[in-house]
Amino acid sequence: MATLSIDIRKALLQGFMLEANFIAPPGITILFGRSGSGKTTLLNCIAGLTAPDAGRIALDSRVLFDASAKIDRPPAQRSVGFLFQDLALFPHLTAEQNVEYGLAKLPANTRRERSAAVLKEMRVGNLAKRRPAQISGGEKQRVALARSLVTDPALLLLDEPLAALDAITKSAIIEDLRAWNAAHGIPIIYVTHSLEEAFAVGEAVVVLEAGKIIARGNPMDVLDAPRQETIAQLAGFENLFDATVAAVHEERGTMVCALSGGALELEVPLTRNQPGARIRVAIRAGDIMIATSRPHEISARNVFPGTIVAMRTEGHRAIATVAADRTFEVRLTLGSRDDLRLQVGAPVWLVIKTYSCHLVGG
Amino acid sequence: MNWDALFLSLKLAALVCTILLLIGLPIAYWISFSRRRWKFIIESIVALPLVLPPTVLGFYVLVATGQQSPLGRLYRSWSGHLLPFTFEGLALGSVLYSLPFAVQPMVAAFSLVDRNLLNASAILGASRMRTFFRIVFPLSITGVVTGMVLSFAHTLGEFGVVLMVGGNIPGVTETISIAIYDDVQALNYTSANHSALVLLIFSFVVLSITYSLNRKIWGLWTLRRDGTIPATSAAR
Repeated sequence: MATLSIDIRKALLQGFMLEANFIAPPGITILFGRSGSGKTTLLNCIAGLTAPDAGRIALDSRVLFDASAKIDRPPAQRSVGFLFQDLALFPHLTAEQNVEYGLAKLPANTRRERSAAVLKEMRVGNLAKRRPAQISGGEKQRVALARSLVTDPALLLLDEPLAALDAITKSAIIEDLRAWNAAHGIPIIYVTHSLEEAFAVGEAVVVLEAGKIIARGNPMDVLDAPRQETIAQLAGFENLFDATVAAVHEERGTMVCALSGGALELEVPLTRNQPGARIRVAIRAGDIMIATSRPHEISARNVFPGTIVAMRTEGHRAIATVAADRTFEVRLTLGSRDDLRLQVGAPVWLVIKTYSCHLVGG
Repeated sequence: MNWDALFLSLKLAALVCTILLLIGLPIAYWISFSRRRWKFIIESIVALPLVLPPTVLGFYVLVATGQQSPLGRLYRSWSGHLLPFTFEGLALGSVLYSLPFAVQPMVAAFSLVDRNLLNASAILGASRMRTFFRIVFPLSITGVVTGMVLSFAHTLGEFGVVLMVGGNIPGVTETISIAIYDDVQALNYTSANHSALVLLIFSFVVLSITYSLNRKIWGLWTLRRDGTIPATSAAR
C-alpha cells in the first residue's frame, strides 16, 4: 500500500505551464479535464516518458523523479502500469505474448502461468492465442489491461482507457479492475474527460484545466455541486446565468437572485453573498422539469412559464430549448416528450428545485 | 554466357547484402530515432550515392584506398595488398554504392512503427535493444527485406563503380554487367543477350517475390479496425 505524491512543473507546447501538486492514495483517482488540459503530459511525467522541468514524484519513500536531487528513473525502473489511450498492443504478438512481454526476466513456465492467470482474471483467457487484429475492441482493452497488471505494478496509469467502449462493456471492465485492486491496493490514476466515467469510477477526483489543478475531492462534491464556473462547464452544466442576489433568507437557508437581462427571479441555496452581489447560477439540463400546464401544490420553488423554441434528440434523450425570459436547455426522456406532445412553439412551465441551482464562482 | 562472371556477381551481391544488413540496421535505427539537429548531414551522406555518378564514387574510393592514401597503406600493411582491383575493393565500393538502397526502406519502415509501442515496451521493462529486436524489427521486416532485395539487385546490376574500382579482371572483378559490356564491345551479341536475359529474369523474379511477400505479411499484421487491409507497404 503506497501513496503517490506529485509536485511538478512543466512547460507545455500549448504555451502554458503544467503545475500539478496532489497525492493519490491507494484506489482510483480520477484525473478529469478537457483535452489539451495537460492530463496526458502529467501521466507521461509520472511514467517517465517525459521529464518535468522541476519538482518531485515519489511513491511513498521511493523517489521516481526529483529535479533538485537529479533523480530521473527510466520508465523501466518505475514499476508503473500504463494503459494507453490507443492501448499500444503489439500487433505482431498474440494476446498471451503481449502479456508475457513484461515478464522477460522470469522463467518461461512462470511467465506462462502468470499470463494465463491474469488473462483469465480479465475474462479473456480464451483469446490467448489471438492477435490484437483478431479480437474486438472491448477484448483488446482487457488484454491491454492484463498486460499492464501482470507485472504487479506499484502504480497504474490509465489514459482514457474506456473512451471507445459502450457503457455496459465499460462498467464491466471497471468492476473487474476494482476487484483486482481490492487485492492489490495500488494507486490508480484514471484520466477521463467523461463525466459519467468520473462518477462511475472515482473515489477521488482531481480537476485539471489549462495545466492547473482547479479542484479536488470526491466526485459528487466536486462535479455535482461545482463551485467554479470552469468546473460547471466541464461537468456539463448546460445552463449558466449571470445573476444578482436580490434577497437573503438566512432562516430558510435560501436566497433569491435576479437573472441579469430580465425579470426572472430564482430561489437558490444560501451562500455568503450580500444582496446586490453578482453571482453565477449553474443548472443541469437534466435537473429542469417541464409541465404543460401550471403545476400547483408542488415542492419545487421555481416555477415559471416559457415557450419551446427548439427541439432535438441526443441518443435516447430529447433536448428542448425553452425561452422564458432567459433561454433554458432542458433534457427529458423521449417518452415524456411524446406523452406531453412537446414540440416547437408549445407553451410550457419550467420547474426547478432550489438545490438544483448551483452557485459557481467566476 | 559468362558463368564465371554471373557467379562472381551473385557472390558479390550476397556479401554486400550481408554487410549492409549489419551496418544498415544501426544506421537506419539512428536516423529514425535520433533527435540530433545535425541528423540531416548523416542522411545526406547516406543518400549521396543515389545522385552521384557511379564514376565519381568509384573515383573517390579508388583514391581513398590507393597507395597514396594513409587508409590504403594501412590496409596494405594489414592484408599485404591494396584494395583497388581486388574482390574486397569491389565489395567496399558496392557497399557504399548500395547503402541508400538498404537504409532508406529500413528508415521508412522504422519511422512507421507507432512510437507508443516503444513507450509501452519501455514501461514493460524492456531495454532499447530488446525493444528493437522484439518490436521494431519484426514490425519493420518488410522494410528490411525490401532494403536487402534492393541492395542485392542493385549490386548485381552496378557497372560504373565496379569498372572504376575493380577494373575488369576475369574471375576476380569481372561482374556480369561488365561481361555484357565486353560482349557487346566484341560484337558477341548472343552471349550478351543470354547474360542480359538471365539478369532480367532474375531481377524480375526476386522483386516479384519480395512484393508479394510484403503484401501477405502486412495483410496479416495490420488489419484495420474495420477489418479492411491497408494499402500494401510495397507502395510506400
